[in-house]
Amino acid sequence: MKTPPILSIRELRKSYGQLEVLKGIDLDVQQGEVIAIIGPSGSGKSTFIRCLNMLEIPTSGSFRFHDRHVSPDFKDKAAALGAGTLRRKVGMCFQHFNLFPHLTVLENVTKGPLVVLRQTRAEAEETARDLLGQVGLAEKADAYPSQLSGGQKQRVAIARALAMHPEVMLFDEVTSALDPELVGEVLQVLRRMAEGGMTMVLVTHEMAFAEEVADRVIFIDQGVIAEEGKPADVMQNPKSERLKQFLMRYHQ
Amino acid sequence: MYNWDFYTVLQSFDLFLDGLLTTFEYTVGSVALGVVFGLITAFARLSRFRILQITARTYQEIFRCTPLLVQIMWAYYALPMILGISIPNWAAGLAMLSLYVGSFYGEIFRGGINAIDKGQREAALAVGMSGRQAMWHIIMPQAVKKMLPAFINQSVIQVKNTSLLYAISIAELTYMTYVVNSETYRPMESYTIAAVMYFALLFPLTQFADHFERRMRRSD
Repeated sequence: MKTPPILSIRELRKSYGQLEVLKGIDLDVQQGEVIAIIGPSGSGKSTFIRCLNMLEIPTSGSFRFHDRHVSPDFKDKAAALGAGTLRRKVGMCFQHFNLFPHLTVLENVTKGPLVVLRQTRAEAEETARDLLGQVGLAEKADAYPSQLSGGQKQRVAIARALAMHPEVMLFDEVTSALDPELVGEVLQVLRRMAEGGMTMVLVTHEMAFAEEVADRVIFIDQGVIAEEGKPADVMQNPKSERLKQFLMRYHQ
Repeated sequence: MYNWDFYTVLQSFDLFLDGLLTTFEYTVGSVALGVVFGLITAFARLSRFRILQITARTYQEIFRCTPLLVQIMWAYYALPMILGISIPNWAAGLAMLSLYVGSFYGEIFRGGINAIDKGQREAALAVGMSGRQAMWHIIMPQAVKKMLPAFINQSVIQVKNTSLLYAISIAELTYMTYVVNSETYRPMESYTIAAVMYFALLFPLTQFADHFERRMRRSD
């Protein structure tokens, strides 16, 4: 029997003035599922993943988190869930890490739990040290972000997001800004999270990684889902001409 | 050759000290109020509401584009005629000094907040913080560092601007110097003492600002 999805999105649209970037996207995210979103730049995939935690407010569409309707701007008084509550449950990592430069690594990870969840310092630091250990940075707890490599920064950012105990993790091109030799260490952390059962949505250009780790691959092109399915099907037997061309550029 | 005679002037040294104290009091008062006005202005200009943006902008431009001396005179001589009440000189002076420096602080604060990368706010929101929490815990601590050199610079100017209060007979250092001079007819000595006192008040402040800026640059 299929359990109800964590996130359920229907007919999601997003416009900037006259420009419609997302033209009606449906997506269900199941517990424990790993979804990779691929697509050419400018296709709307980044905008879409940012809509999943309401960093971009959708123009229209329905958005449910478990059985609750999400209303980002509180216009819908009957809605049970605001953007802030959603974001506590949906973690995110960014292409450019966005670590807090004035805080140490440990403080970066504890800030959310301290401010938002009102945990005690001891409790927050215990979780943080545990998570830093998991991403292999236990000894960097007292360093500042400026003293870290890109790969280390991204791993801290992952620990920071995990400290909120999210039900879903979003990754927006988290390896795109890294030097090639640092990509592996971040992918390794993501792989372990996936194996550990974390529900994940990734926008990525790492095709081999997407094929290996994802349960489902979604190809977004020109603001719609142009193709989706099991990684092997989508990557090896693309049906649409657009996806064929897109993949070809990667295989060259 | 001019025959220096500090003795006569220094007989009134307590007047200089009173003046310096008054200068200090108006500086502290107007900087404190100015920070409040500046913060309100900066947040109004950064808000989504156009009416707040326009109101704040109008206030800033009026106070930035007219001379402080005119503002002080206007508040003391003209405003009471409009309102039909008398305004004490200390109130007119303090209000105008504060509003004047607040209009500049507003720009400094806004600039500091704007200089923080948008990704910082997004990362704060992404861990579930509200907009206000993101501002308080993440953006402001970084913005303050960026604002501080310009803030201190403006505050140094503010100390000197209190000298304009002499025009409405507030007994700050410049006014007191004027008083001593008219009793002793020793302008050279009187105004030299005033200058030395202003310098002694401000030089440590500018040194601190330099020192602080160097330290900040190292931690970046």
